Amino acid sequence: MSLSRRILLGTAAAASTLPLVRRAHAQAPTLKIGVLNDLSGPYRDTGGVTSVICAKQAIEEYASANGLNVEVISADHQNKPDLAVSIARQWFDRDGVDVLMDVPTSSVALAVQSVVREKNKIFLAVGPASIALTTTQCSPNMITWVYDTYMLAKSTGGAMVKAGGNSWYFLTADYAFGKQLQADTTKFVQAAGGKVLGSAPYPFPGTTDFSSFLVQAQSSGAKVLGLANAGGDTVNSIKQANEFGINKSMSLAALLMFITDVHALGLQTAKGLVLTESYYWDLNDGTRNFCNKIKGKSPNNWPNMIHAGCYSATLHYLKTAKEMGAAEAKKDGAATVARMKKLPVEDECFGKTTIREDGRHLVPAYLFEVKTPAESKGPWDYFKLRVTTPADEAALPLAEGHCAFIGKA
Amino acid sequence: MFGFSSAQWKGFLLLVALIIVLPYVLYPIFLMRVLCMALFACAFNLMIGYVGLLSFGHAAFFGMGSYVAAWTIKYWHVDAVVAIILGGATGALLGLVLGYLAIRRSGIYFAMITLALAQMVYFFCLEAPFTGGEDGIQQVPRGHLFGVINLNHDMAMYWVVAVVFIGGFLLIHRIIHSPFGQVLKAIRENEPRATSLGYRTDDYKLIAFILSSMLSGVAGGTKALVFGIATLTDVHYSTSGEVVLTTLLGGLGTVFGPVVGATVVTAMENYLAQFGSWVTVTQGAIFMICVIAFRRGIVGEIGAALKLGL
Amino acid sequence: MIMIFGVPGPLLFGQLLLGLINGAFYALLSLGLAVIFGMLNIINFAHGALFMMGAFAAWMLLQYGGIGYFPALILAPLIIGAFGILLEKTLIRHMYKLDHLYGLLLTFGMALVIEGLFRNYYGSSGLPYQIPGVLEGAANLGFMFLPIYRGWVVAAALVVCFATWAILEKTSLGATLRAATENAALVQAFGVDVPRVITLTFGGGVALAAFAGVLAAPIYSVNPNMGDNFINTVFAVVVIGGMGSILGAILSGFGLGVIEGLTKVFWPQASATVVFVVMVIVLLTMPRGLFGKRA
Repeated sequence: MSLSRRILLGTAAAASTLPLVRRAHAQAPTLKIGVLNDLSGPYRDTGGVTSVICAKQAIEEYASANGLNVEVISADHQNKPDLAVSIARQWFDRDGVDVLMDVPTSSVALAVQSVVREKNKIFLAVGPASIALTTTQCSPNMITWVYDTYMLAKSTGGAMVKAGGNSWYFLTADYAFGKQLQADTTKFVQAAGGKVLGSAPYPFPGTTDFSSFLVQAQSSGAKVLGLANAGGDTVNSIKQANEFGINKSMSLAALLMFITDVHALGLQTAKGLVLTESYYWDLNDGTRNFCNKIKGKSPNNWPNMIHAGCYSATLHYLKTAKEMGAAEAKKDGAATVARMKKLPVEDECFGKTTIREDGRHLVPAYLFEVKTPAESKGPWDYFKLRVTTPADEAALPLAEGHCAFIGKA
Repeated sequence: MFGFSSAQWKGFLLLVALIIVLPYVLYPIFLMRVLCMALFACAFNLMIGYVGLLSFGHAAFFGMGSYVAAWTIKYWHVDAVVAIILGGATGALLGLVLGYLAIRRSGIYFAMITLALAQMVYFFCLEAPFTGGEDGIQQVPRGHLFGVINLNHDMAMYWVVAVVFIGGFLLIHRIIHSPFGQVLKAIRENEPRATSLGYRTDDYKLIAFILSSMLSGVAGGTKALVFGIATLTDVHYSTSGEVVLTTLLGGLGTVFGPVVGATVVTAMENYLAQFGSWVTVTQGAIFMICVIAFRRGIVGEIGAALKLGL
Repeated sequence: MIMIFGVPGPLLFGQLLLGLINGAFYALLSLGLAVIFGMLNIINFAHGALFMMGAFAAWMLLQYGGIGYFPALILAPLIIGAFGILLEKTLIRHMYKLDHLYGLLLTFGMALVIEGLFRNYYGSSGLPYQIPGVLEGAANLGFMFLPIYRGWVVAAALVVCFATWAILEKTSLGATLRAATENAALVQAFGVDVPRVITLTFGGGVALAAFAGVLAAPIYSVNPNMGDNFINTVFAVVVIGGMGSILGAILSGFGLGVIEGLTKVFWPQASATVVFVVMVIVLLTMPRGLFGKRA
C-alpha cells in the first residue's frame, strides 16, 4: 500500500514537472495589445475599428517575420472613464495584456494612465489630445504618439495669424478640453501679435444649435472664428456657420478636426477650412503606400493621423520587443518604454522620427486647407498643404512641461 | 426580523454563500462592481417596488455620493468607512431636498420631475470645480479601513464591499418588514384610504425616498473607492436609465430581483464591450422584451413558476 | 446703439429671433409627442429616434433614389409614419391596458435599439445633407443676417402646427379621434373602427416627428445621436404645456425657445438646463402644466 502510494506520489511529482519542461520548449511568449477606443459614439470614425485594422497591419507586416507572437484585442470604452478603467484592469489582471493603445477622449486617457502606471504596463496614447499627458500627468509608462493641444494650437493658431488672421473669436465647448484648447491657442495668437476679441462657451455635451453663438461671433467683427471643439460639435458648428454666411466674412479655424470629419461634412460645406493633422495619405509615397494597404480593409474610412499613429506605434513597439526579446519586453513596462525612446522610429507614415524623454513622439505638424469640390480630383482628395511645422518645433519645449519623472533614474 | 419567508431565507443564504465563494473563481473587481450596482438597484427598488414611484433621477444620489466619497478620501484623507458614510449622508441630504419637491406629484409627473431635478444636479456637477468636470475625480486612493487594513489589496476591498452590500440589503428588508413598511404598502395599495386613516402619506413617502437615496449614495461612494474614480457618467441620466433596466430585468418589487438584474446587466456590459453599439441595442431589446412579455423580471418569473415569493 | 442689460440691442433682437426659430422646431417636434400622449396615453420616448429616422430617410432618398428635399418632405413622413404604424400594431398596442410607465419603458427601449442599430451601420460622424438651392442664402435684416432656410423652417412649422391643431380641434375627424380616446366602446358602437383610428393617430404623430427630421437634416448633422439632444427638451416642452394639450405644446415650444435664446446671451453655459428649471417650477405650481387636460 505504502509502496503504491509512494509510486503514485512519485509519478505525480514527475508528471507535474512535465508541463514545465514542455513549456520551456514551447513557443515564445505572446505579446498582447489591447486597443481601447470609442467604437460606437462620436469618435467611432476618428478612431474606432480602423485603429484596430492599422494595428493589425503592423503586426501582419512585422511579427511572424521576426519570430514574435502577437495578439490584438479591442473594446469599446464608450467615452466613459470608469468603464475604461474597469476594462483596463481586467485586461491587465486577467487577460495578460501588455500594451494599451489609442484611448481617445482625454478624460478617459488620464484615468487609464494611472492604472497602467500602477500595473507597470505600457500605454501608447495615440487618441487623446490633452497636453497634460506629457506635462502634469506624464508617466514613464506612456508615449503620446501623433498630436496634442499645443501642436494644434501652434500650427492652426500661429499659422493663421501669420496668414493675416489677427483677430479671433472662439466658439468653445465648455469643458476642460475645449477650454484648454482655447487657452493654448490664445497664447499663440497673442504671441504672434494677434488679438482675441471674445468667446462663446456653450454647454457640452448636448448643444446642437450654435446659431446664437455664431451670431455673437459675427457681430464681434473678428477675422477668424476659432472652433475649440471636436467631433459632432465641430461638424454642426461648421454647417451652421455656412448657413449664416459666416464663412464669407470670417475664416474658420477648426482647432481639432480630422479628415474623417471633412468626409462627413462634404467638400461643399467644408471648403476653405483650415486644420492640422500630422498625417495625410497624399503627402508622399510612404503615406500613399500605407493608405493603399488600409483603404481596402476600411473603404468607408480612410486613415487619419490617429489610424496612422496606431500602425506606427505598434510597429515601433514590435521592433523594440524584438530587440529586447519578448519575455523581457513583457516584464517591465517602464523599461520597455525607456527602450522604445532610445530606438529611433521609422515608418512609412511619419518617416524618421524620435521619441522624447517625457513620452512625446515628435512629429511634424501640417496645416491643411480643405479643397473646393472643383479642386478635388478623386476620392478623399481633400487637402492642400499650407504650412509645415517641423517636429522639434511642434511640441512644447521640454523645460516648460515640468514633467515630474524626467531626470530621475 | 426581516420578514423573510423560508424560501427567501434559503435564497439569502445562497446569496451569502455565493458572495463568499465567487471571488476565488471570478474576477473580484467585476464582482465588486456587481455588488455596488446591486445595492443601488435594491435602493431604487425600494421606491418603485414598495412605494410604487418610478424615479428617473436616481443617478443624482449615486453620483453625488460617489463624488463626495472620492473627494473626502483624496483631499481630506479620511478613513474609507468615513468616506462611504459621507457618501450616504450626501445621498440622504440630496434626497431630502429633491424628494421634498418631487413627492407632491405621482406617476408620470413624479418621473418627469425627478428626471428634471437630476438634470440640474448633472449641470451642477458639470460646472462645479470640485467635481473635475469631464475628467472627474481621478486617482482616488482606497485608503485604509479603520486606519489599519490596507484596501489596495483587491480581496480586502472585496470583503468591505460585500459587508456594505449585505448590510444595505438587510437594512432595506428590515425597513420593509416593519410597521413603517406596512404603512408604505398601504399607501401603495390605496393612498386615499391610508390618508383617511390618518397617515400623513407624503411624509412616509419622503422618508422612504430619503432612505432610498441614502443607500444609493452609499453604493456610489463604495463604487468610487473600488475603481478610484468618480465621473460625470455617475450622475448622467443614462445611469438612471440603467438602474431602471436592472431592476425591471431582475423583477420589480422582488427581494432578489435587483441583485440578479445587476449581475446580468454588469456581465453584459463588461463582456460585450468589444462589440460596440451592440451593447446599447441589446439593452434596448432587453427593455422591450421585459416590458412586453417578461414584466415580472427574471426573479419574478422564477418565483411565479415555483409559486414562491422571491 | 441701445444697450439692454449690457447687451447691444441688435444682438438681443437677433437672439430673440433665433430663439423663436428654435422654438418653432421644439413646437413641431413636441406636437407629435403631444398628439400621441393626448390621444393614446402613451409617453413616446422613441420620439427622438423617429425624428432621427426622418432625417435619415431624407438622406437615403437623396442618396439611393436621387429624390430631393421637397419631395422628401412628403415622402419621409409617409415612410416613417408607416414604420410607426407597424410599431403600433406589433408592440405599442399591448401597452394601452397597462400603467403609463410601461409605455415609457417600452419606448425607451425602442429608442435604444433604433439608435444603436443606426450607430452600428452609419457611425457617429454624421452624414452630409445640403440646404436646397432655392432656400440658400441669408436676408439682411439690419440687426442680423437671417438665413432664408431658417425662415422657411419657422413658416413650415407654423403651418403644420396650425393645421394639426385645426384638424384635431375643428374638424369632425378630430372630434372622432378625441371621442375615441375618451370612450372607445361607445365610439365603436357608432361603427367607427377604433383600433384603426388609434393606429393611424400614432402613425400621424410619428409622421410629424419625421417631418421635423427632414426640416432638421440640412441644418444639423444627420447622425444617429441627433434625437438624443432634442428629446429631453421636447419632453420638458410637452410637460410644461400640459401633457395632452396641442395648443399647450405649441405655445410652450415657442416660449421655451425664446427663454433658451435669452439664456444663451446672458448665461450661455446654463442654456441647456434652463428648460428643466422652468419645468420643475411649472410642475410644482401648476401640476397639469399650462394647458393640461386632466390626466
